Amino acid sequence: MHIIDRRPDPGGKSLANRQRFMRRARALVKQAVREASGSRKIREIDGGGAVTIPADDVHEPSFHAGRDGGMRDYVLPGNKKFVSGDRIERPKQGAGSGSEGSADGEGEDNFRFVLSRDEFLDLFLEDLELPNLAKRQVMGDSAEKRHPAGFKTSGSPASLSVGRTMRRSLSRRIALRRPNPVELEEMRRELLDLEAKFGESERIAALKAEIERQERRAKVIPFIDPVDLRYRRIEVTPEPIARAAMFCLMDVSASMDEQMKDLAKRFFSLLYLFLTRRYKQVEIVFIRHTHEAKEVDEETFFHSRESGGTVISSALIEMAKIAKLRFPADEWNIYAAQASDGDNLSSDNARSVALLRETILPMAQYYAYLQVGRGEFDREDGVFARQETTLWRAYQELIRPNLPMAMRKVNDRRDIYPVFRELFERRDETAETS
Amino acid sequence: MALIAETTTNAPRPGGTPLFTGRDWDFPLLQRVYDAIGEIAEKELGLDIYPNQIEVITSEQMLDAYASTGMPLFYKHWSFGKHFVRNETLYRKGWQGLAYEIVINSSPCIVYVMEENSATMQTLVLAHAAFGHNHFFKNNYCFQQWTDATSILDYLDFAKKYVASCEDRYGQETVEQILDSAHALMSHGIHRYPGKHSLDLKSEQRRLEERQAFAEEHFSDLWRTLPKTATGPKRDMDAERRRQLLGLPEENILYFLEKNAPRLAGWQRELIRIVRQIAQYFYPQRQTKVMNEGCATFSHYRLMTRLHEQGKITDGSFMEFLHSHTSVVFQPEYDDPRYSGINPYALGFAMMEDIERIATNPTAEDRSFFPDFAGCGDAYGVLRDAWANYRDESFILQFLSPNVIRKQKLFRLIDDSEDDDIVVAAIHDERGYKAVRQSLSRQFDVGRQDPDIQVADVDLAGDRKLILHHNVVDGITLESRDAAKVLHHLANLWGYDVKLLEIEDGQTIAAHDGSPSRAFR
Repeated sequence: MHIIDRRPDPGGKSLANRQRFMRRARALVKQAVREASGSRKIREIDGGGAVTIPADDVHEPSFHAGRDGGMRDYVLPGNKKFVSGDRIERPKQGAGSGSEGSADGEGEDNFRFVLSRDEFLDLFLEDLELPNLAKRQVMGDSAEKRHPAGFKTSGSPASLSVGRTMRRSLSRRIALRRPNPVELEEMRRELLDLEAKFGESERIAALKAEIERQERRAKVIPFIDPVDLRYRRIEVTPEPIARAAMFCLMDVSASMDEQMKDLAKRFFSLLYLFLTRRYKQVEIVFIRHTHEAKEVDEETFFHSRESGGTVISSALIEMAKIAKLRFPADEWNIYAAQASDGDNLSSDNARSVALLRETILPMAQYYAYLQVGRGEFDREDGVFARQETTLWRAYQELIRPNLPMAMRKVNDRRDIYPVFRELFERRDETAETS
Repeated sequence: MALIAETTTNAPRPGGTPLFTGRDWDFPLLQRVYDAIGEIAEKELGLDIYPNQIEVITSEQMLDAYASTGMPLFYKHWSFGKHFVRNETLYRKGWQGLAYEIVINSSPCIVYVMEENSATMQTLVLAHAAFGHNHFFKNNYCFQQWTDATSILDYLDFAKKYVASCEDRYGQETVEQILDSAHALMSHGIHRYPGKHSLDLKSEQRRLEERQAFAEEHFSDLWRTLPKTATGPKRDMDAERRRQLLGLPEENILYFLEKNAPRLAGWQRELIRIVRQIAQYFYPQRQTKVMNEGCATFSHYRLMTRLHEQGKITDGSFMEFLHSHTSVVFQPEYDDPRYSGINPYALGFAMMEDIERIATNPTAEDRSFFPDFAGCGDAYGVLRDAWANYRDESFILQFLSPNVIRKQKLFRLIDDSEDDDIVVAAIHDERGYKAVRQSLSRQFDVGRQDPDIQVADVDLAGDRKLILHHNVVDGITLESRDAAKVLHHLANLWGYDVKLLEIEDGQTIAAHDGSPSRAFR
């Protein structure tokens, strides 16, 4: 017998199989992930965790006996009261023994398994892209990325690629038949030998001539020629700024109830999640406003109430101020999401639009406006179509193609994710430029 | 039990120093334990084993091993990922523990043991796997006949590399399709009977000569004078000949496809072959569940008891052993919510313990039931003979004693769908022993568990439809949804339509069809 300690062996032997399984069940898992996200708390949304998919599509079929009909013969242990010839009423189908038989693959049990956080998010945010991700302002040298990009024929001695140069030198020497020093040395030795033996002969003369010829060759064909030289080529690309500031603007006036705030919160969470996937560093600024705006912490933002009128421009001014102070647009990617029920002081609408157009939008990567409703019927084609809010109409005027702004209405929890997807869906390049 | 009476549980028994006293173990200890067990196994039980290779693994690695049916290497396929994910979830949620060991039928015999086992558990695991299972693998005729323990690891290595190279060359998806289809037919990719060789020219020649010689020997001119039957059943010679050429009927469906499917490329046939060989390798394990586990459980029980008697393990660790032993051989009764079929460990262990009792201390009843060995005295000899020459079905039929039937209170039910009630056909009494034994034996007959499906005919001249027959027994037909899916896979491999007829007593009672969704190229 001998004992082998396998513990230090690399683990994850099943990783490849697991990935194959995930790929196979991808569509199902994706759906399950999205459904799961609806029922989760916001803070847990990125926690990974268990999802359940129907076992049907990953079921492995085989020929096996059905469960109905025929004559079956069993032996069971633990008889207590039966004697032979007893008749037992057949238990009704599905009475108690419903889960029986799932072992043979027939039971349509759901398949439950745990996703890691990354797997979960990958599926959750699949096909989404941040608009205008490619903000290219560079912050001096530190934001440049240098990466090797092949070889060039000229350059500073420091960037000489010795390996590459020697390789070319070698191939040239072989091609031009530069004599090998070892061979030369051998010929010289042979010459010495012959001279010592015979003194003078035809063979010696020929050898001398050959040696001379080869020596000349060695001189003419250099060991390293300028054409051999190769230098490493380094390309410098500006690195996109890897940090983002996310502004959450929310109306907390009395007209916004808890349910609407919850909707807004969901949207903000998704946006945060999404930004953290794309940027190394994401700062969040919470600005809530009634008729005046204030930067607050998260707890206050979502939970405390305040009464007052609604003046949206106050929040926009606050945002512009903070951005100027702490998040200059050439160093930060700025994203903003605004949630409101659309009830703005009507005299403020023009001012808000002007602020947006002139100050906010030029510095922002993306501005999303989310109008939250109360879950009542709000169909535009409905008979009782509600009138558009004044803010909505004002913003709508603003919308142009190529303007980094989008607006959507949300009335129900389950709308959040679809709306979010819609806003950030990966668009074709062509569609974007047109 | 006397041993409970002792006050200090770790006190060694007189006559020996214990191999270990605490929970911890290290490699030299494993070696000492192994040697101590080995001595008893060889000298007293007479076990004959392959050399052992003990591999210590972590629980993570145990989960990995689970996914590929315990084999140390296996080709890659999503279904193994599925099993891995399922086991992992169950394990992490705490719904399912992990096995203490996995043992592989190979030479050297590989035994995986988990690092978190206590010293007592490692002793138990070595006794159970490295000696019990190992002896069974080496000596049982099913394994000897069907598996080649020395070459299986090399074959798996080949299979893994071959599948990987096919994936590189033809794409993962194409390979996956073939493997999916082959896996669906895995239970019908087994040769159940040995000795069927295709005829080569020489033996055919010889057979012809023998027949001629026979005809000459028995020539009688009188036969000529018999009147010819005018309306004998005319046999379709073409169909006969065709079936003969294709080797039909053939129950090994994968083998038939590998040899005859018209549209498969060479590498696809090789993949089918790999799946088939692996199915064949595992077939004996399915046939001998009760015996294999019984043999291992009986061995570990005897070995541990002997170690304890020699004072080599302390009373405390013997108690620890008994605790896990009794949970292994626990058989819930049929109306217990924990009941999930007959526990092969419990049945095997009970039967083997009873064989030992019958051999050494029989009653009159035993003498009438087992005249061959009752009271012969050589219990281990009888057991070794049973381990070598039987499989579950024959073992139960031969050795299930009235004593075990009574102890387990076995009874037989007949559930006929044409009858309103379920009938208790036999119980553990004088009149019932044989019926219960026979019925239980059939319950463990793999040949009856797997539906009997054979490739019956091919319409080579027409649309190349493949015809299969399911010989229905006791009116139990196939589960139709799964059957349709499998037929679809089968059609994909065959390349043309397939039809499965379920036949009972010459009557077709059900039919399933399958068409290929895509032809493999």
